[in-house]
Amino acid sequence: MKGIIENFDLFAPKLVDKEEYYASGHRACQGCGEALAIRLMCKALGKDTVVTNATGCMEVTATPYPTTAWKLPWIHVAFPNSAAVGSGVESALKVLRRKGRIADRDIKVVSIGGDGASFDIGIQAISGAMERGHNMIYIVYDNEAYMNTGIQRSSATPFGASTTTQPAGKESVGNKTWKKNMAEIMVAHRVPYVATACHSYPFDFMNKVKKARKVNGPAFIHCLAVCPTGWRCPSDACIKMGRLAVETGIFPLYEVEDGKYKMTIEMPKKLRPMEDYLKPQGRFRHLKPDEIEIFRGMAMLEYNKVLERIKHSKSWSEMKS
Amino acid sequence: MSKRIGMEIAMAAAEAVALCRPDVIAAYPITPNTHIPEHLSEIVAEGRLDCEYLPVESEHSALSACTGASGAGARVFTATSSQGLLYMGEIVPIVPSMRLPVIMCLGNRAISGPINIWNDHSDVMAVRDMGWISMFASNGQETIDMVIQAFKIGEHADVMLPVFVNLDGFQLTHVVEAMIMPDQEEVDKFLPPRKPFAALHPDNVVSMGTLGLPDIYNEAKKAVDEAMINSKKVILEVWKEWEKMFGRKYEPIMGYKAKDADVLMMTMGSIGETAQAAVDELRKEGFKAGLLDLKLFRPFPVDDLKKAVKGVKSFIVIDRAVMHGGPVAPVCAEVKSILYDEPVRPVISNEIIGLGGRDVRVEDFMNMFKKAAKGKPERAYEIYGVRG
Repeated sequence: MKGIIENFDLFAPKLVDKEEYYASGHRACQGCGEALAIRLMCKALGKDTVVTNATGCMEVTATPYPTTAWKLPWIHVAFPNSAAVGSGVESALKVLRRKGRIADRDIKVVSIGGDGASFDIGIQAISGAMERGHNMIYIVYDNEAYMNTGIQRSSATPFGASTTTQPAGKESVGNKTWKKNMAEIMVAHRVPYVATACHSYPFDFMNKVKKARKVNGPAFIHCLAVCPTGWRCPSDACIKMGRLAVETGIFPLYEVEDGKYKMTIEMPKKLRPMEDYLKPQGRFRHLKPDEIEIFRGMAMLEYNKVLERIKHSKSWSEMKS
Repeated sequence: MSKRIGMEIAMAAAEAVALCRPDVIAAYPITPNTHIPEHLSEIVAEGRLDCEYLPVESEHSALSACTGASGAGARVFTATSSQGLLYMGEIVPIVPSMRLPVIMCLGNRAISGPINIWNDHSDVMAVRDMGWISMFASNGQETIDMVIQAFKIGEHADVMLPVFVNLDGFQLTHVVEAMIMPDQEEVDKFLPPRKPFAALHPDNVVSMGTLGLPDIYNEAKKAVDEAMINSKKVILEVWKEWEKMFGRKYEPIMGYKAKDADVLMMTMGSIGETAQAAVDELRKEGFKAGLLDLKLFRPFPVDDLKKAVKGVKSFIVIDRAVMHGGPVAPVCAEVKSILYDEPVRPVISNEIIGLGGRDVRVEDFMNMFKKAAKGKPERAYEIYGVRG
């Protein structure tokens, strides 16, 4: 069956936009996965884009006045409201275009935020913007804690990670719960295109951004962004960590188009051992074998849920008839 | 041509907003302002106004969406009351710092707790210092006029600030009055489409809302402060133009039998019309009472106040909010700080009245005048009419 969105799977390195819309010279840490992901996102989006940004590392490191790394029109208002601001920008561009006050062409509004801004404090604004059906993309760059304020626990922090507000200790394993499933929450909003992604799979990510851009309505991408500072791993391990998150089954890369699930990066029959992912990261250093087993159980439950959905989900257009 | 209408004031405010041709409206329901956005959504649904109406999921998102839309160059409007304003609170100071005009009707309502939906000014007083121009309407006509003026003032190149148009919850929002409604042609002439200083568009790339480190934060605050100071001149110009076009005069402080008064009272909003009745009664008794109606709260008309109280023996400042732990109530604090430098000052008493919709009658105002005439008050402020 033909997808509702144009297929970009033929995306090749030579077709990537040479233009840099997110300039070098910003003040992000060495090996920042989020900065890399944003650069890739901009290349996939191209010029006719407006970005709204939640408060966080990307706003702080990229725009200390009077400098800016953004070569796309960009607005930051506050922490929880990137999606709401985006919905306002989208509405304004729509009506101004209709009234002939701006040029008659498609401009995509893309709202971005970290996991704190998206899973926690901004979830209401995202829910509202997605539910109202604005023609916009929301991309969460999830580095699994409040990194900008100093590695505090968020509802995207995985089990066992030691953070500054749920540290590991004699009486504490670190974070006690598994990540909130934002992609699933967005599917429940009937968002026509939802995907998970990671900067360590740049073409998969850019394909997804391109697809999301094609949707005439809301689209949501959950992008895992490795934070060497917060994960306590070497900065040159950024890409590797993202790959390991996928290969271990902890963060499978899939998309949900019109309700139908599909794995976009094929998973090996035999997943890599989770220890390969956990051991190099200081945030998991304290985990004992029995705690790693709990971690494995939680991760596998989520992974198998995705596999089940891939097996059984039907597209909504199919289900209507 | 302007038309005489009879209408609920909230609906008239909505009609006035529609005449200003807003591009984006985002609002969230809260009593008592709700009839304004409700009626606007009706106007949009009827096809009388080409506008994106966003029924957002919270006031926080209402103001956030308005900020984004204003950043994109649209003319924007929102309305709220009380807790809704407080819920927006995080965004309220950001809008002026980004120099983005957003026009907001505040159907003034008491803030919780206890929860109370009725009128006082505790909502707007909570955000009074955040960089919004703030005007108070006393009746339906002023509401209509101020709404239209607000767009012109807020969007003016020398101002670029958000504006509150305060109208008392229920006492104004839900009251049916006779008013004169300008027509579309007149408003179009008075208020041309917005010309934004900068707008979010790929043809003219800007970064808005960037990080202000200590080396620039001072200057950013100074810029808003300057804009606020400069706005007074624009407000006066706009009011002059309004008077010329529509024949209705506006001044930062409007007097009622104030010129020869021995005891002068200052109010804001609709309660002043009750106080006028008290002044009339007292004048019949030979008591020289007078009234000032403070229309412009931000920027505070400092010189106008000094002039207005010159020669007055006793000055009663009416407040509609408590400043817990403060020396007096908020409006009185402004007044006292302004008059401190004056060589001759009136005796000042501060009455906090009508909290949470408590009725204030003509006799109450008469009592306040008579009490003030006796000389220096016992306490710096009183919450009037508290039951023992």
